[in-house]
Amino acid sequence: MKKSIITVVGKDQIGIIAKVCSYLSESRINILDISQTIVGGYFNMMMIVDLNESQKNFLQISDGLEALGKSIGCIIKIQMEDIFNEMQRL
Amino acid sequence: MINLNEVLETNKMIEKENLDVRTITLGISLLDCISDSLQKLNENIYAKITETAKNLISAGCQIEKEYAIPIVNKRISVTPIALIGASACKTPEDFVTIAKTLDRAAQKVGVNFIGGYSALPSKGMTKAEKDLILSLPEALSSTERICSSVNLASTKTGINMDAVALMGKVIKKIAEATKDRDSFGCSKLVVFCNAPDDNPFMAGAFHGVTEGDTVINVGVSGPGVIRSALEEIKDADFTTLCETIKKTAFKVTRLGQLVAIEASRLLNIPFGIVDLSLAPTPIVGDSIAEILECMGLEKAGAPGTTAALAILNDQVKKGGIMASSSVGGLSGAFIPVSEDHGMIDAAACGALTLEKLEAMTCVCSVGLDMVAVPGKTSASTVSGIIADEMAIGMVNQKTTAVRIIPVVGKDVGDTAEFGGLFGRCPIMRVNPFSCDAFIARGGRIPAPIHSFKN
Repeated sequence: MKKSIITVVGKDQIGIIAKVCSYLSESRINILDISQTIVGGYFNMMMIVDLNESQKNFLQISDGLEALGKSIGCIIKIQMEDIFNEMQRL
Repeated sequence: MINLNEVLETNKMIEKENLDVRTITLGISLLDCISDSLQKLNENIYAKITETAKNLISAGCQIEKEYAIPIVNKRISVTPIALIGASACKTPEDFVTIAKTLDRAAQKVGVNFIGGYSALPSKGMTKAEKDLILSLPEALSSTERICSSVNLASTKTGINMDAVALMGKVIKKIAEATKDRDSFGCSKLVVFCNAPDDNPFMAGAFHGVTEGDTVINVGVSGPGVIRSALEEIKDADFTTLCETIKKTAFKVTRLGQLVAIEASRLLNIPFGIVDLSLAPTPIVGDSIAEILECMGLEKAGAPGTTAALAILNDQVKKGGIMASSSVGGLSGAFIPVSEDHGMIDAAACGALTLEKLEAMTCVCSVGLDMVAVPGKTSASTVSGIIADEMAIGMVNQKTTAVRIIPVVGKDVGDTAEFGGLFGRCPIMRVNPFSCDAFIARGGRIPAPIHSFKN
């Protein structure tokens, strides 16, 4: 499985990273890298993850993260890494 | 490794600047469906399309999920039906049965349009081609999903003026047959000079006979992304302007290439081309006119518009060519009036005229596109407008096209409403002087000389 990128965008609050990481851990998704910034009170996070060990397929994970995002008031997306490599690299 | 800013930039393009993949178009050859029995031919066509395209929609949806990128349309193009039906169809009514079969097949697989109800009489016209053209008023008014195109001219063969004259009459009849919907039928028909075999965009898509059995072609879109990039360099000189468009076009094209390769893999169908065209939609922020205005024009159509469009078109190609080795189709900026809110505004306030649009078509693809004119416009005037556009394409060795809608019952000052991606269009003024005698001559305008270029 190729690497994927998870982005979390929303109003900053306590526990966003914890909740996302718990979901990933339960789904046996390995986090390879995390970076995060706050712009104008809005929380922006990106994770590079590996889905190889996960018992769920991409679509299930995508739907799961979307639902989690709704429950904590953030927008959470997962995208295959290629889109960024293709658009941002020669 | 990818960093946060790059991820945020890409996602901003998708979420805020309307970056999307405009169409994945599956080209299907129907040559192996040919039969001299009309019933058998229709059965063959239905079976081939529904089998080949059965996974098109699901593959498109999977790609949308994987990359979180909208794929606005999934469509099909087929071999020009004038060729496929030539053996079985004896009358225009016979061709209409094929249109209805295509419509049913498109509905079955869930695509919104199927292109290729087409004829290629750029030099001479066969009886089958004439019958197909004569069937268009019935075919386009009695189906939902059929798109038609007719190639009337080419740089190599000249302009078939008999076919140009016929199309003027047929366009008027289509307008009449669909007058209850602002002559909407005409928006599903485009006439070409130098029609490409691998164009993924409707209404002009067809699967050329030079193509393989099946192929995936992709059309990207990103006027909003380019405009947004230009907003950040408001006072920069032309060198910086060009560089910015080129870099942005590179990114947009890379996305198209990625989606095309992924669709090709999922469907196990060869990847054909990425079409670099910037295709607008009526949504604010998804407009070619807005890009021109961002370059410094008060309104699209103002003096300087042709130069601005020439820059845009050329830089999009330069960036796109670097991004993909498989570029084809129309590849340029589209300037449909009704599908671009900035063009609609420009036409409504008088900044943009039919004559200026014609000049703009000299430097971009595709031509006079989605232009609404008064319903009283005569057939020969429609033919004259078509002939002018064909001449531009023929002499300049480029694709040009006309998609013109003489809206029955409406005149300058009114607006035609087509809905959805087709948008709405103020009725544009047409030069009132006659070209009847010119069109009535008949025959063919010979191909232009290819030397002594001045």
